[in-house]
Amino acid sequence: MRDTVSFRVLRAAVLTSITAMVLLPLYVIVVSSFKPLADVSGPFTWLPDRFTLEPYVQMWSTIPLARYLANSVLVTSVSTLLALTIAVLAAFSLSRLRWRGQRAFSLLVLSTQMFPGILFLLPLYLIFTQIQRTIGVQLNGSYAGLIVTYMTFSVPFATWMLMGFFAAIPDDLEEAAMVDGTTRLGAFLRVVLPVARPGIVAVGVFTFLNGWGEVLFASVLTTRETRTLAVGLQAFSTQTDVRWNEMMAASIVISLPVLVAFLLVQRHLVQGLATGAVK
Amino acid sequence: MATTLNESPPESRTARTGSGGRRRRRRLNLLPYLLVLPELVAELLIHIIPMALGVWIAFLSLNQLSIRHWISAPFVGLTNFRNGLDPSTAIGSQFFQTLGRTAVYTVLVLGLCWLLGTAAAYFLNSQFRGRGLLRALYLLPFALPVFVSAIAFAFMFNQRDGIVNKVLVDELHLVDDRPFWLIGSNAFVTLVIASVWTAWPFAFLLQLAALQTVPDEVYEAAALDGAGRWRQFFGITLPMIRTPNVVMLLLMFLATFNQFTVPYVLFGVSPPSEATLMSPLIYQFSFGNWNFGLGGAVSTLLLVLLFVVSAVYIRLVMPKERPGHA
Repeated sequence: MRDTVSFRVLRAAVLTSITAMVLLPLYVIVVSSFKPLADVSGPFTWLPDRFTLEPYVQMWSTIPLARYLANSVLVTSVSTLLALTIAVLAAFSLSRLRWRGQRAFSLLVLSTQMFPGILFLLPLYLIFTQIQRTIGVQLNGSYAGLIVTYMTFSVPFATWMLMGFFAAIPDDLEEAAMVDGTTRLGAFLRVVLPVARPGIVAVGVFTFLNGWGEVLFASVLTTRETRTLAVGLQAFSTQTDVRWNEMMAASIVISLPVLVAFLLVQRHLVQGLATGAVK
Repeated sequence: MATTLNESPPESRTARTGSGGRRRRRRLNLLPYLLVLPELVAELLIHIIPMALGVWIAFLSLNQLSIRHWISAPFVGLTNFRNGLDPSTAIGSQFFQTLGRTAVYTVLVLGLCWLLGTAAAYFLNSQFRGRGLLRALYLLPFALPVFVSAIAFAFMFNQRDGIVNKVLVDELHLVDDRPFWLIGSNAFVTLVIASVWTAWPFAFLLQLAALQTVPDEVYEAAALDGAGRWRQFFGITLPMIRTPNVVMLLLMFLATFNQFTVPYVLFGVSPPSEATLMSPLIYQFSFGNWNFGLGGAVSTLLLVLLFVVSAVYIRLVMPKERPGHA
């Protein structure tokens, strides 16, 4: 279709506004991370008084940032791996096999994915308290407890996403393998899994991102030792001052890896969505 | 939070139950059940049992003292629901105001996200240089952890030194007094702006995928009939992407209605009363006042509400079971 002049003008105007809207907060984060504390503590300036890398050095000693980072990596990785393992098996069964109760089970997974974390936080907190009272295992404030709560959103999310990826794989592939005498399980392991690998990796990344940004459970169920980044960054703000420059520097450092990972696999999200429901 | 949905295409299901499938089905096949077993156990432990317990505690009297011995907490019937639902009490009026506020917030955020997402996707669906770059850029707010974005907005909307008041007051001279953005009634505006910024790329992403399913021939035919761009968009494009749009809005509804991270990072544990949403209210009842009974009652009401929404949603998304199966 030809692009008329008025269309081009409108397009330029709309896209410029949206770009400005997207860039402004990103710019503020980046520029503030290179400012000295005195600069970010006063009125906002578009450029640093003095460009400095100090916040990137100082942030590690102002708060136990490395500890929070390690906690986040541990809790998010373990919960993602556990959820992904459970979900790959279930999603294969749900999307490529036929069995009684299949539809009911998909409905269960789908509906639990939609309930907010706050509905699970209260009862899980009480269950953890009771477990501690009865058998003495501490879950409130421990890694294990936090991992369990992260599973409440990662398991249904990963299952639902993977079902879409598995369903998009042509049946012929699997059938060809089975004609050759491979069992259903063998076809799953040797044919479906390798083909679905980019999708599985992508789902893993999205699940990881969800955990990386989790605030609700971590705000209640972590202690000084087990605090994750999402909650721990608040510590840059104390009663006397807010170290905005270090907070922004830390934000950038902990966001960059997940930004890169997201941009690398985002095509699969679109693909998964395009081959799934959006058609 | 990134949420997505997929439906398995109905035609592939029929294909799979062809002759080969039927032969195999004669044997009692345990494989499907073995494969879902771990997930079934997980669902029981992390969802079913906690949800049932969540409903149960709504009927208990739980406070800071009895919480450690909640199993033996006294059963108080519907008291918590009566407290939560009586508009003449402080808690009841707080509940209804929060419900209404959350609804307004959801409509605003959804509407703005849809507008931005649709506009960006529509224009990025045309050919021009720099398209790929803008597409990646627009995804950044979505890829950034929500708490990081919210921290940035708290910094920007700071009353004394924030960039927003600098521009509004010092550079544009639009207002004389530096307004407060994180307390009082303006806090709601800040909350909406920050939420839209973090959420709109999801609409953009889905809308882009949806627009790419509309074949060019449709537009060519419409252009031959003399339909302009506006008429093509409203007459052809929108109706053709109606289903993915309904699905998208429902997904975004659930994420927005239950929003917790943005207000928590912006305002802390006790948000200004003008900007308190449903999830933070339950949080406040439970972990601020340690009234788990009340928190449980409000949770249960929310559960019922979301269940109704989910039922509608599932009817729209799930493929209909074919007659003759199962």
